Amino acid sequence: MELSPDDVRDVVRVLDSSGLDELHLELADLTLTVRREGAAGWTSEQQVLRRPAVEGGTEPTADTEPERPRAAVAEGLVAVHPPLLGTFYRAPKPGAPPFVDVGDKVHEDTVVGIVETMKMMTPVHAGVRGTVVEFRTDNGQFAEKDAVLLVVDPGSGPTGLGEGTQ
Amino acid sequence: MRIRRLLIANRGEIAARVIRTCARLGIESVLAASDADLESLPARLANRVVRLGPAPASASYLDPVAVVRAAKAVAADAVHPGYGFLSENPTLARACEQAGIVFVGPSIESLHAVGDKLTARSHAVTAGLPVVPGGEAADLAAARAVAAEVGFPLLVKAVGGGGGRGMKLVRSPADLAHTLDLAISEAAAAFGDPRVYVERYVESGRHVEVQVLGDGVRAIVLGDRDCSVQRRYQKLFEEAPAPLLPDRVRAEMAEAALALAVHLGYRGLGTVELLYDRERQTFYFLEMNARIQVEHPVTEMVTGLDLVAEQLAVAEGQPLRLRQEDIAVTGHAVECRINAEDWAHAFRPSPGRIDRVVLPAGDGIRVDTHVQGGSVVPAYYDSLLAKLIVHGTDRADALARARVALGLLRIEGVTTTAPVHRALLEDAEFAAGGVDTAFFERFLQTHQPDLVGVS
Repeated sequence: MELSPDDVRDVVRVLDSSGLDELHLELADLTLTVRREGAAGWTSEQQVLRRPAVEGGTEPTADTEPERPRAAVAEGLVAVHPPLLGTFYRAPKPGAPPFVDVGDKVHEDTVVGIVETMKMMTPVHAGVRGTVVEFRTDNGQFAEKDAVLLVVDPGSGPTGLGEGTQ
Repeated sequence: MRIRRLLIANRGEIAARVIRTCARLGIESVLAASDADLESLPARLANRVVRLGPAPASASYLDPVAVVRAAKAVAADAVHPGYGFLSENPTLARACEQAGIVFVGPSIESLHAVGDKLTARSHAVTAGLPVVPGGEAADLAAARAVAAEVGFPLLVKAVGGGGGRGMKLVRSPADLAHTLDLAISEAAAAFGDPRVYVERYVESGRHVEVQVLGDGVRAIVLGDRDCSVQRRYQKLFEEAPAPLLPDRVRAEMAEAALALAVHLGYRGLGTVELLYDRERQTFYFLEMNARIQVEHPVTEMVTGLDLVAEQLAVAEGQPLRLRQEDIAVTGHAVECRINAEDWAHAFRPSPGRIDRVVLPAGDGIRVDTHVQGGSVVPAYYDSLLAKLIVHGTDRADALARARVALGLLRIEGVTTTAPVHRALLEDAEFAAGGVDTAFFERFLQTHQPDLVGVS
């Protein structure tokens, strides 16, 4: 159960007329604190303690979680991380060719993928000059903030301007 | 038939909102939750929770097969799809019908009628609604013919687009040919539908919408809302009624929305979106949303109705319980959408663990939320955390109360857009009322995030 905004408003009305400044309620599956905030009015802080009654199949197990990509990269190579956690996409849209592939040369500003976080798309930049040597995160896979998306070998970077992607 | 057990095929604050009405009406609520939402606040509030599928929405909230499977597994009488996800999806409505389960939404015919922009437009024209001058543009000759009627600047829009996607502005005749080519190929790639149409560009428009409710035979209007404060076509702030509209225009908008609902034989809750041209003081039909809206609480505050309860009643097949003369709009209500986004960094998403939630409470204040201390906001879904809804005697009173209420609201652990609303409520142009849809981008250019005391 929860106390609806109407319920809380009724509690506030009672408190308001009582001269009390704070009420703390502890029920079996709910705690509620209603507090007078000076002249500004009242606040409520509610915690629903009840455990969800989940049914229908087993709990999600570890084997449904994709394997975490290896975090370590060999000496001299550079890992590219997502700018923020989200679902990693290697192409601008389904069916389109990938932004970059293994063997491609990249600059600092080369877009190597996008991450979708809360329905917002953020481009992933290589951040380094070099050659893509490996992808550690698959297209469509969820990437934590510290995940390694791909690995770049800076030792084999483009030597002149005009090379690599535009 | 009576709905005794309702499957809620959605998540977030709207799931919590629907559960609340179920509890009040004595309907058993069953939440269909993805693996990312099994511990959420709505999961704790629902009578029961059934696993819908893996965290990615495509495998859970967007999968009609998974939703119907969940509904059958718990022998639900009805499915409430909320907003977004499958709420306007004819495939889900059809699958529910075939399974003998009530889909809480309009008929499949109505979903088709308003789901396609061109079909919706032609229905609106038949019902006598004004539409933005324009028409379909299969090729350059057709586009030029339409352009000659509507003038420049104009918009080239993808039939399959929406929410601001698939729209291109053409300022002069010289740009028409190549923009049209680009729009057609982009529309084919992005929406799988190359059809585009051309329409007049309204320089200064307001987004005004009318709430309708129908039982398939009769329909009524539940007032209007203004949702012009938008960033990239995402609404941030809404209010009811729409401020500073001439009485004549407001009455004509209501009549137009009613005419469309009657024409469609509409059953359910729906919203007729209109573009109000501030310069010409006239309005055009934009589209119809065949579902409950995020901003429905401002209508509930000024009418005193529970729109979810009305939605369930007509879904049960009951005739409308309200007559038009029963609907009275009292005072003014505003809604601030509090999102997990960082204004200081171009509204970057801010998923994560919520440490603490302290909400304003009292007369005229309502907060619809799906988070409490300890909640985890997944990166898989949208960023809406809470809606602060405030009711006042008039607009100035509602805004004044909203300022105080925002000062009391604290959501700790993730970065929220509460500071945006604090700044917005201090803005003189906004406070005067009736801003257009371009206002908020201008506002952002002149306001820097207040980095002190951000919560």
